[in-house]
Amino acid sequence: MSAAPDSPAPPATLRPADRLRLAAPQAVVPLGAVLVALAVGAVVMLAAGVDPVRGYDAMVRGALGVSSIDFSVAAFTAILAMSLAFAVPARMGEYNLGGDGQLCVGGIAAAVVALHLPLPAPLLLPACLLAAVVAGALLAALSAPLTTRARVPVIISTLLLSTPAVALTSYLVRFPLADRGSGVPQTPRFPDAAHLPALPGTQYTNLGLLLVLLVLVAVVVVDGRTPLGFELRAVGANRRFAAYGGVSVPGLTLGALASAGAVAGLAGAVVVMTQPFRFVDGALTAPGYTFAGIAAALLAGGRPALLPLTAALFTVLQVGSTGMERDIDLPRQLGQVLQAVVILVLALRTVALTATARRARRRAPERS
Amino acid sequence: MLSSVLTLSFVAAVLTSTAPVALAALGGALCGRAGVFNIALEGQVLWACFAAVVVAAWTGSVWLGVLAAVVTTTLLASVLAVGSVRWHADPIIVAVGVNLLALGLTGFLLRSLLGASGTYAPPGLPGLPDLALLRGVPVLGPLLSGQSVLVPVALLLPLAAAWWLARTPAGLRLRGVGDHPAAAASLGVPVTRYQQATVHVAGALCGLAGAQLALGNVTAFTENMTAGRGWVAVAAVMLAVNRPVGVLLACLLFGAAEAWGFRLQGIGLPQQLTDAAPYLVTLVVLVVVRARRSSRQGAPA
Repeated sequence: MSAAPDSPAPPATLRPADRLRLAAPQAVVPLGAVLVALAVGAVVMLAAGVDPVRGYDAMVRGALGVSSIDFSVAAFTAILAMSLAFAVPARMGEYNLGGDGQLCVGGIAAAVVALHLPLPAPLLLPACLLAAVVAGALLAALSAPLTTRARVPVIISTLLLSTPAVALTSYLVRFPLADRGSGVPQTPRFPDAAHLPALPGTQYTNLGLLLVLLVLVAVVVVDGRTPLGFELRAVGANRRFAAYGGVSVPGLTLGALASAGAVAGLAGAVVVMTQPFRFVDGALTAPGYTFAGIAAALLAGGRPALLPLTAALFTVLQVGSTGMERDIDLPRQLGQVLQAVVILVLALRTVALTATARRARRRAPERS
Repeated sequence: MLSSVLTLSFVAAVLTSTAPVALAALGGALCGRAGVFNIALEGQVLWACFAAVVVAAWTGSVWLGVLAAVVTTTLLASVLAVGSVRWHADPIIVAVGVNLLALGLTGFLLRSLLGASGTYAPPGLPGLPDLALLRGVPVLGPLLSGQSVLVPVALLLPLAAAWWLARTPAGLRLRGVGDHPAAAASLGVPVTRYQQATVHVAGALCGLAGAQLALGNVTAFTENMTAGRGWVAVAAVMLAVNRPVGVLLACLLFGAAEAWGFRLQGIGLPQQLTDAAPYLVTLVVLVVVRARRSSRQGAPA
């Protein structure tokens, strides 16, 4: 993430065409990564005996068709939130791979409050959201002292905490919180007061989208315009120098991870408080929101304002590949493969730097 | 008498659970010694499980399955070897990509190529042969006679690796490459070649790990069947600070937790809770050991 250097802003007098030209090199790598992924997808489709045009057509219709766009926006909400949950700690060089666990504890906290806390109707909805945010934040925050005191890398501890957290919620949904009588491992339907109000004319698109967009705006502002954002990036660029400059690395790590877990927990609450208004076992992890979010965050590089764009792209891949499976019987895991290719191309772009360096050495042999 | 058999059968279950993780973790430890952070173990083992099962099912030969797992996983390791060592890409991001690629590709191929969803276990899928010839031997018999032939390999390879690292010139060079690449290079050691070769060896070990998991521990391929074992292997590598024998001990701990979990399942505890235990045990031990170690060394880095 930190590998994408922020170029100095061009002077305000530039014509729009010149601005585009200056921005082009920065856009080449992400666009190239997406194009390579789409090309790989086409090859995979050909190998599976499917016309790529038909495949991608089914993908786009599966995500953006009239009947599916409502659901796609809901998936976009979750993926955008998960991209924030990865992007915020990544700003300081820490990788949060425990999104699944944070999503699930958020969802289960919201479910417990919705089903078992006798609160007056207007208070129930905020209480569910708050419980989810706190639960996600606590789980993610556990990793902070583990890295600052026990030097267990965040990437390891978040992952090792995620598996048991997902298993715990799965247990709760199957036994203490189960909806007896239904064959599916799920909680009973939440009371009406714990349903996120849907936007007019939709079933899945609801208040959750607005909440996550608010968080996005907050992240963009804090990242770009506040001393806190500067400290985060300073630690990401050079941890020891930032600490020398007076930044409290342990405090910042705790804050960044808790915020990340809070957004992920919020996403968990939003998913379970949308149709069918239950915590269904596997409904939070099976769609792969966490890794779609990670891919979106990596594609956006160090620019949080681009997250809605990249999250939208991965939503199309994710939801579209489910539609593709339904329409032309191509397994939906193709979406995961394409995400992985985007991540790999982005990571391996350093090959260009290596090649440039080699050419430069060859051109000036007398210096080496 | 009965209790001793029970205990031996428990130890045998521990060894079964330990074997695949120990093989993968040994690969991770060698990479760590060479100065490469390898967290692509999870994806590589998952791919190896798939390759082993598919080729064993198609050819009817379990050894061709093992060979396919080792060869193709070594190839998959090239992504990390070339990407992070030669092209200086971020090893963490490359590994995240490799892990996701393995998860997506095995799931995709499982459905499109094999027409299975969730689990693939065709009738006649051969499993690894067990060590039946040890059946009459006291102690070793109950411990190993029901195990696949890769289990003793998994238990002995870390010892061999420890000896190789400590006693051979190549082992010394590998340690030099990890400890101080510039010094190693100045003595004429080809640093990047050593590092790339080590990542490939780790890939081959993950290939063995996958073969043992999918043709030894069980005889089937299940979507995401590694279920975090590759990450436990990474934790074991950190716990033992890249020392092969220590890594084996750490993996035995995980194996014990998993086998104990199976036992608890047997007396009626829900599977969801017992599945979680090995990961929590691994993490708690990792934290305790690392915290004590860093407090002994003084200020945390």
